[in-house]
Amino acid sequence: MPSRSDILARAAMLRARFEAAGAIVVETPILQPAEALLDLYGEDIRARAYVTSDALRGEQMLRPDFTVPVVLMHMADGAEPARYTYSGEVFRRQEHDPDRASEYIQVGYELFDRTDPAAADAEVYALIRDAVADLPLRSATGDMGILLAAVKGLRISDRRRNALMRHIWRPRRFRFLLDRFAGRSPVPPTRAALIAEDNPIEAGVPEIGLRSRAEVEDRIRALRADATEPPLSESELSALEALLSVQETVPYALEHLRDIAVDLPHITPALDRLERRADALAQRGIAVDGLDFEASYGRTSMEYYDGFVFGFYAERRPGLPPVASGGRYDALTRHLGGGAAIPAVGAVLRPGLMLELEGTGP
Amino acid sequence: MTLKLGVPSKGRLMEKTFEWFDRRGVRLSRTGSDREYSGAVEGVDDMALVLLSAGEIPRELAAGRIHLGVTGTDLVHEKLPLWEQLVEELAPMGFGQADLVLAVPRFWADVDTLDDLDAAASGFRARHGLRLRIATKYHRLVREFLTDGGVADYALVDSQGATEGTVKNETAEAIADITSTGETLRANHLKILSDGLILRSQATLWRSRTAPASEAETAALQALKSLCF
Repeated sequence: MPSRSDILARAAMLRARFEAAGAIVVETPILQPAEALLDLYGEDIRARAYVTSDALRGEQMLRPDFTVPVVLMHMADGAEPARYTYSGEVFRRQEHDPDRASEYIQVGYELFDRTDPAAADAEVYALIRDAVADLPLRSATGDMGILLAAVKGLRISDRRRNALMRHIWRPRRFRFLLDRFAGRSPVPPTRAALIAEDNPIEAGVPEIGLRSRAEVEDRIRALRADATEPPLSESELSALEALLSVQETVPYALEHLRDIAVDLPHITPALDRLERRADALAQRGIAVDGLDFEASYGRTSMEYYDGFVFGFYAERRPGLPPVASGGRYDALTRHLGGGAAIPAVGAVLRPGLMLELEGTGP
Repeated sequence: MTLKLGVPSKGRLMEKTFEWFDRRGVRLSRTGSDREYSGAVEGVDDMALVLLSAGEIPRELAAGRIHLGVTGTDLVHEKLPLWEQLVEELAPMGFGQADLVLAVPRFWADVDTLDDLDAAASGFRARHGLRLRIATKYHRLVREFLTDGGVADYALVDSQGATEGTVKNETAEAIADITSTGETLRANHLKILSDGLILRSQATLWRSRTAPASEAETAALQALKSLCF
């Protein structure tokens, strides 16, 4: 195992490399207010981050990543465009795999730029690729924007669309909803009974709690409306399934997705973005013809990437976490900016894993 | 050294444990005054009784400070991630049965499954600006259950007792708690979701996989096993 001083030395080298690319070095506190992270990730973050508290400041988290504090800092007083780099510990609770580190050094690069998203995506990808060029890594890429556009364009009610959008980062739940909306899974008997009943709310039962009777009635109305909605069309469903299974090199994936866009025309702008990104990557010297693309890639990560996503994996060590990963998170800046938004893309590297794979010093 | 058996120090769980061993020819008893937590074992040589709070037994087993322990499945699963690697289940003991369940107000006619709960949580957050609160003391088990069930937009709030009352007091919208008959849930106007069974629990005899065992302790365990199973 590489020593801590070797890891820190490598982290400093990587950060200097990003500084040379134009980034400003930033620091963020290790203790982060828990509220912003809980609001973003929900209760699942508690399984992944260390939560602590004191009587004065309430719940705090040991920084599980840098992206959120860097975005908050930039939204508060950043000039545009902006490039930031940082390095330091992140902390992740491990409850299932004792071999995974609960504390490790991350080095990152974040780019906030409104002008040319394709060029920004390519800049970040190329910078990371160059930093890991000496390692035998496999690169995976994807684009969450295509699936998001596909769901936005489905001919279904807004209620169903919102339900799918809400679970786009939970593939199993997404699949379950899709099957229900397509009429492939049976309506649960209790729901059928509820819809048929004239007065489903049992008389004489106290209405306790903050969730009111009006909310219960609203949802029953929504369920009744949903029961009369026609199923998601077979053509849209099979196109969506075809989209999710696209896994080819970038040019073939693009060609395949253009065919799928015949049934899902709303994805065309996202495909144009993919094409412009491929051009921008090629201009940076990336061999796009051999670059892997998976349309489902990025769905199980922390749920904020909504466009380009990528990762670098040790080919001979499949159990290892990605050595580098990143992506575009425009929606996150909108969410944290309270209305203000700025397109952003970023990535992180793990110098400790790089050294472990090299089996040498810094 | 002696083979240490950890047993809950109070109440019905202790009495039932003593009876269970008694029927198998191992006599456990408290010694000294009623308030003193020490005990004796007859029927197996080189074995000692350690009286502990039921909630501490999983941790003591995991740390290897006791060789054997009696406590509920719920507490072992909640307190010990990767419990299979730390303890071995020797025998379910047939008492202390209780289910860890998810319950919501009975008047929520629209909520019968986790699927409904997820939709209700989404609507609740949109209306109230806060995530639907679920009161429990079993944070890990409940969170894993809800993650697995695809429920989002909820928050766990800690409740170490009188959990069934939290909904009426408006400190939570739903609860996850242990129930044996469902009586307390009904009395508090709550109903169990039809797919809301998180875990079936009962008092169980566990063996620590981490406790070092000398020759005498191994012999005592063999003697106990030959009597008990």
